[in-house]
Amino acid sequence: MNEPMIDVDVLVIGGGTAGPMAAVKAKEANPKLKVMLLEKANVKRSGAISMGMDGLNNAVIPGHATPEQYVKEITVANDGIVNQATVMAYAQESYSMIEQLDRWGVKFEKDETGDYAVKKVHHLGAYVLPMPEGHHMKKVLYRQLKKARVEVTNRFMATRLLTDANGEIAGACVLDTREGTFSVIRAKSVILCTGAAGRLGLPSSGYLFGTYENPTNAGDGYSLAYHAGAELSGIECFQINPLIKDYNGPACAYVTGPLGGYTANSKGERFIECDYWSGQMMLEFHRELEGGNGPVFLKLDHLAEETISTIETILHSNERPSRGRFHEGRGIDYRSGMVEMHISEIGLCSGHSASGVWVDEHAATTVPGLYAAGDLAFVPHNYMLGAFVYGKFAGESAAARASSREHVEIDPVQLAAERERVLGPLARTDGLPPAQVEFKLRRLVNDYLQPPKVTRKMEIGLTRFAEIREDLAQMSATSPHELMRAMEVHFILDCAEMAARASLYRTESRWGLYHYRVDFPEKNDADWFCHAQLKKGDDGEMTHFKRPIAPYLVPLDEEEKQAYNRLRIVKEAVAA
Amino acid sequence: MSHPMPMTQNRVSVPVTVNAEKCIADKGCTVCVESCPLDLLAIDMAKGTAYMRFDECWYCLPCEKDCPTQAITVDIPYLLR
Repeated sequence: MNEPMIDVDVLVIGGGTAGPMAAVKAKEANPKLKVMLLEKANVKRSGAISMGMDGLNNAVIPGHATPEQYVKEITVANDGIVNQATVMAYAQESYSMIEQLDRWGVKFEKDETGDYAVKKVHHLGAYVLPMPEGHHMKKVLYRQLKKARVEVTNRFMATRLLTDANGEIAGACVLDTREGTFSVIRAKSVILCTGAAGRLGLPSSGYLFGTYENPTNAGDGYSLAYHAGAELSGIECFQINPLIKDYNGPACAYVTGPLGGYTANSKGERFIECDYWSGQMMLEFHRELEGGNGPVFLKLDHLAEETISTIETILHSNERPSRGRFHEGRGIDYRSGMVEMHISEIGLCSGHSASGVWVDEHAATTVPGLYAAGDLAFVPHNYMLGAFVYGKFAGESAAARASSREHVEIDPVQLAAERERVLGPLARTDGLPPAQVEFKLRRLVNDYLQPPKVTRKMEIGLTRFAEIREDLAQMSATSPHELMRAMEVHFILDCAEMAARASLYRTESRWGLYHYRVDFPEKNDADWFCHAQLKKGDDGEMTHFKRPIAPYLVPLDEEEKQAYNRLRIVKEAVAA
Repeated sequence: MSHPMPMTQNRVSVPVTVNAEKCIADKGCTVCVESCPLDLLAIDMAKGTAYMRFDECWYCLPCEKDCPTQAITVDIPYLLR
C-alpha cells in the first residue's frame, strides 16, 4: 500500500517554545526552503508555555553576569557533568536573544532607568529576569511564524523518524490525530523540539494528567531520537521538582524569592540557602520532607499586603494560572498560612536538569540531519531562553544542510512495519485500553524508579516493563484520539526503560536526589567523572558507554566546585 | 480467535463546564476545541454546544481564556481538589 507522502526541506517536530524559533530561523536563513512546523496540539496554545511564562531563569545580561560566570554556575549546579561548549554557546547568545524577544514584543521587567530588572535566585550569580506580563509569549511567537511564512500543521504527531542506508535523516512517519490516518513526510533536515518526558512518573494524586509538565509532552522526542540511532546522555539525571502538593505546579520560588518568600519546614524555618532547583537542593528538600521537621512549605505569610498582591497577580495569571482557584478551593491564603509542598513524579528534561538527546553547540545530534532543541536537548538547566537560543541554532544548522541536499528514497520495509505498528490499535476491535496500560506503566515507574534508587528494585522494574512491552501489541483504540494516547504509551515505555537502564549503568551517586543510589551512596569521580551515553545498538538493544568530559573552557577551583554541596543552612552552635 | 475482552465504562466527573446559554458553537465557533493542548473538547452537534469529551485535563485554562463569550469554566479536577 502506498502512503500519502509530502516533501519539505526542513521538518520541525514540536511547536511549543524551541520549535517556532527553529522554524522562523530556518526560514530566515534561507527563505526559499519549505519549512514545516508539525505540532501535536495547536501552535497557538502548545507546549510548556501554553499559558505563558513568568520570567527568564537564565538571563545572562551584561552588567549583571558574564557568560563565564554562568558557565561556572551551571557546571557546579550540574555536579561537573557538562559539555561546557554547549553551555557557553548558550550564554554568549543569551543577551542577543533577549533583545530579539524584546523587539518582537515580549515584555520584561525593567527598573526606573530602563535597565532589565535582574534578580538573584541562583546560589552564586544573578540570572532571573521577571516577565510579569509573560502570558502573551505564544501570541508573540505566532506572529513571527505568520510573518516568516512557516507552514504550520496542527494536530499531527510524529511516530518514528526515517533514516536512509547511511543512517542519515530521510523524514518522519506521522499520524493525523483527528483522522487516524498515517502518512510520510520526507525532509532533508529534521529538528526535534518535543519537550520533556513529562508523563513518565505518576503524580501522587493518581491523576494521569496532573503532571508538572504539560502532559502532551510524553517523551516523544526521546523515543524518536533513540530509534533513529541518536546518542542520549545523562538520562539517569532525572527531573524531580519541588511543587505545590496535589496541584503539582511550581511553587515558583523564582518569583517569590526575590520578593521575600522562601521554602520552609513545618516550623516556618528556612532550611536551604538557595531555592534554585538542583539535585543537591532536592536532596535537602527530600530529607526535610521525610524528617521530623517535615513536611515542606512555601512561606509568604510574613510579607506585606502589597507584596503578596503582586505575587498573586503574577502567579495567578502566568504559566499555571489555575493555581489561584486551587488555593481558593482549599481555603489557603498566602497572607494567613503556608502552602504545603511535595516532590514531583520523575521525568526527563534537560531544561531543568540534564537528561536529553546529545547535541553539540550547533544543536546537531549524532545522527546526520537530525537536530534537537529545548527541554529534550542535552544542554543542562537550559530553561525557556535556552530553548529559544538552541531553537535558533537548530534552525540555522538545519537550513544550511537542507540547502545543499536532495530527498532520498524511503525504505519500504521501514515504512510497512511502522504503518502496522501505528494503525494496529485502530484495527483491533478488542484489546487493552491505552489509559489502563499507561496507568500501570507509570505506577511501576513510581514503584521502581523514584529516587532514592535501589539496584534490585530497578532490575525488577525492567522485568515488569518487559511485560508491559508485550501488552503494547494488545492495545486497542476506539478513536483517533485514543490512538494518539496508545502511541504515546510506546514513547513512555521507551523512556521508562531508558531511565532504568541509564540509572543502573552509573554505579555511583551524583546530582543529589536526581541520581541518589542507596547501594552506591558516594560520588565516584575516579570512574564516573564522564558523560554516560545511551543508544540503540546494532542488535537493537540499548547500549551504554562513557563519553569523556571535554576540557573545561572555564576552569573551576576546588572551593567553587563545592558551592552546591553546601545548600543546607548550618545553625550556629549555641554556647552552653 | 481468542475470547473477547470483557469491558466496562467508568463514570468520571470532568473539570470543564460549558454554559449552554453563552456557548456559540451552533454558530460555528470552535475556539475552545482548537485551543486545548490535549484535544479534549468537542462540539455536540445535536445540542450545538462544546463539551469535554475526554478526562485528560491539565487545568491549564486556554479554553476558558480564549472563549469569546466566557462560556467555559475550568475547575481543578476532583482528584486534586
